[in-house]
Amino acid sequence: MPEIIKDYTKKIGIPRMIITATFLSLFITAFFVDLPVTMLMSNIIRRFGMFGVLVLAMVPSIRCGIGPNFALPLGIVSGILGGLISIEFGLNSFFASLLIAIPIAVVVGFFYGKLLNKIKGSEMLVATYTGFSAVSFMSIMWIVLPFTHKEMVWPIGKGLRVTVSLNSTFGNVLNNFLGFNIGEVYIPTGLLLFFFGMCFLVWLFSQSKSGVAMKATGDNPKFATASGINVDNYRILGTVLSTVLGAIGILVYAQSYTFIQLYNAPLMMAFPAVAAILIGGASATKAKISHAIIGVFLFQGLLTIALPVASKLVPQGNISESLRMIVQNGIILYALTKVGGE
Amino acid sequence: MEIKDQEKEVIITQEEKFDPQNFLVKHSVTLLFIIISIAAVYISKLPIFFVVNSIITRVTRNSFLVLALLIPVMSGMGLNFSITIGAMAGQFAIIIVTYLGISGIWGFILCALIALPLAIIFGFFVGALLNKTKGQEMITGLISGFFANGIYQLILIFMVGTIIPMKMNDMMMSSGVGIRNTVDMKKAGLSYALDSIHEIPLFTLVLVVSLFFIALNIYKLKSAKHESAFKTKKRYFNIVLNILVFIFGMLISYTKMLPRNIQMLENITIPTVTSLLIIALCFFNVLITKTKLGQDFRTVGQNKHIAEIAGIHVNKVRMYAIIISTVLASWGQLFFLQNMGVLNTYGSHVQIALFSIAALLIGGASASKATISQALLGVVLFHTLFLVSPMAGKNLFGDPMIGEFFRAFIAYGVIGVSLGLHAWRKTIKGQV
Repeated sequence: MPEIIKDYTKKIGIPRMIITATFLSLFITAFFVDLPVTMLMSNIIRRFGMFGVLVLAMVPSIRCGIGPNFALPLGIVSGILGGLISIEFGLNSFFASLLIAIPIAVVVGFFYGKLLNKIKGSEMLVATYTGFSAVSFMSIMWIVLPFTHKEMVWPIGKGLRVTVSLNSTFGNVLNNFLGFNIGEVYIPTGLLLFFFGMCFLVWLFSQSKSGVAMKATGDNPKFATASGINVDNYRILGTVLSTVLGAIGILVYAQSYTFIQLYNAPLMMAFPAVAAILIGGASATKAKISHAIIGVFLFQGLLTIALPVASKLVPQGNISESLRMIVQNGIILYALTKVGGE
Repeated sequence: MEIKDQEKEVIITQEEKFDPQNFLVKHSVTLLFIIISIAAVYISKLPIFFVVNSIITRVTRNSFLVLALLIPVMSGMGLNFSITIGAMAGQFAIIIVTYLGISGIWGFILCALIALPLAIIFGFFVGALLNKTKGQEMITGLISGFFANGIYQLILIFMVGTIIPMKMNDMMMSSGVGIRNTVDMKKAGLSYALDSIHEIPLFTLVLVVSLFFIALNIYKLKSAKHESAFKTKKRYFNIVLNILVFIFGMLISYTKMLPRNIQMLENITIPTVTSLLIIALCFFNVLITKTKLGQDFRTVGQNKHIAEIAGIHVNKVRMYAIIISTVLASWGQLFFLQNMGVLNTYGSHVQIALFSIAALLIGGASASKATISQALLGVVLFHTLFLVSPMAGKNLFGDPMIGEFFRAFIAYGVIGVSLGLHAWRKTIKGQV
């Protein structure tokens, strides 16, 4: 019997068990402290769809061997740029934003992939600072770029606003598409369909010839080279895919949030996404789509519930913020210790 | 292969010559930043007195933290992003001492004494973690800083006043649980505890330092006969430079010949004790390389496997390096905060690692080699840029925000580029 338990703990992983247990116990506590559980469930589902694609962006990057994509902000700023351009030209549609954002992300991802091929072994650290620099560089650009749409720029002075409202454009388009209520729980059908659609596309890709070759690249670069796979090209392909998914992800996030956040907002966005997929059971070298789905549900679920429950139990301050930092960075540290080093 | 490389290096040092092209390539980062800094100072149109005075304040405030980074670099652990954790130890100490109500220099010394064991414990944990993640030390250090910040907040927001008993006082939030966002160190008598002990005019120090370097170089010329011609030339050049600095210092301090805006620099003072402690830390960093432990740091830094075979406990040595760095960082944070005068409870430590590391790299250091002079030069350059870039941005583009984002971009960018180059060299070496 203990053997079976051991097998299971090994399979699921201790951190994931702790987080699942915390999630469940918080959920049960929510019942007892008379929180509106239906509203919480709506929130969890909404945030699940909102962050889903951003977490999914980690799958190709881990698969192709560059590790969790800490440079997600590169994809994010590409996506934001796409969204802003589509609003500027009055296209105002979610899919137009995607069409503009994706080519930008492909180009950015391609050059970033080239860079990563030069620094094998230190991807995570360099990625983090590439992401940070990209965000601060684009902050300058948000001031300098010649946008004129009156909902985006400051009425007086230069540059774009800190948050651009999407209420008059494509805010909530996915969330409201075929949305319905089960009791008091709102199901944003379009959002979920879109997320699962993206998962399906990534799965489809992973079944293709390139997908299989890319996975081989990540699993064992030397073996891949020996079987005639061009490792560097597949690493670039994985990076491009990850960046594109990041761009799509931020647009999904923005339409659900109904704001595009500029300047320093994307700075730290890679970390929750990395943490989510790790919580889902991925490691720095192995990831499945199911890891992304489970991880984003657990992590965002935990964060959604923790805030109201904690503020009921401990009325002072924002305990869920500290909790988020500990869980998020703790799981990344745990994954780093498993990388094994030299 | 290792030995071959070393041999090559020996040959190169023997044939060393002043090669302008080589010099430019080797110091490209630093030279670029010197040019940017001078241009930014010029564009900002800020009065020179203000610029020099502010830079002196910032340099004395930040040097200790930057110097705390050197030992882990020597031990091959890269840039220690976890000095944030050392800074937290310093801040805990300040909160405790403020609570006890001990002020002035004794309060400050007590802060340092309380910070010491805390920093050793924190350093121990970080060291243990880094020993498990060899080859990924820097990203682990960065993330562990974020992680520790979560725990730090948990302790200071929720545990103080509930689990940790604390009598109600002005530091705490009105509910009696948690520390306020800012802790006023002026009221506690800790601000300028160290800086205000004694101050000397800047140029008196300049005179002393230039005399010291003239003497040192002359002594080295006399004592070391068989140095290469290049080194001898370098020493002569050094002496001439220092004599020029000395003359300039004399002109400012004792005559009234110079233009008025430069003459005003005479009035700038620097905190004596703080500067002496920074100099002491420089000496400590030099002297430790002469000890057994320092040699172990070097050996481990060069090659862990060879060190292991030579009978060095690699993990232990790495642990010592991180503990020393953490302790120095906690003291560095005390220096920093006593000069700021206000402890921003949840913010003061957050950017410490970013700014210190960016400064070190701007000085020309890399993740595998960093010297004291690079650290000090880097602090001066980085803080010049930091000080003047909002004004420069305003004058150049009509928007101070551009300058502010520009300096953030510089800080992140220089770290990114430098680490990228470091990793690139490592891959090239691995392929050969």
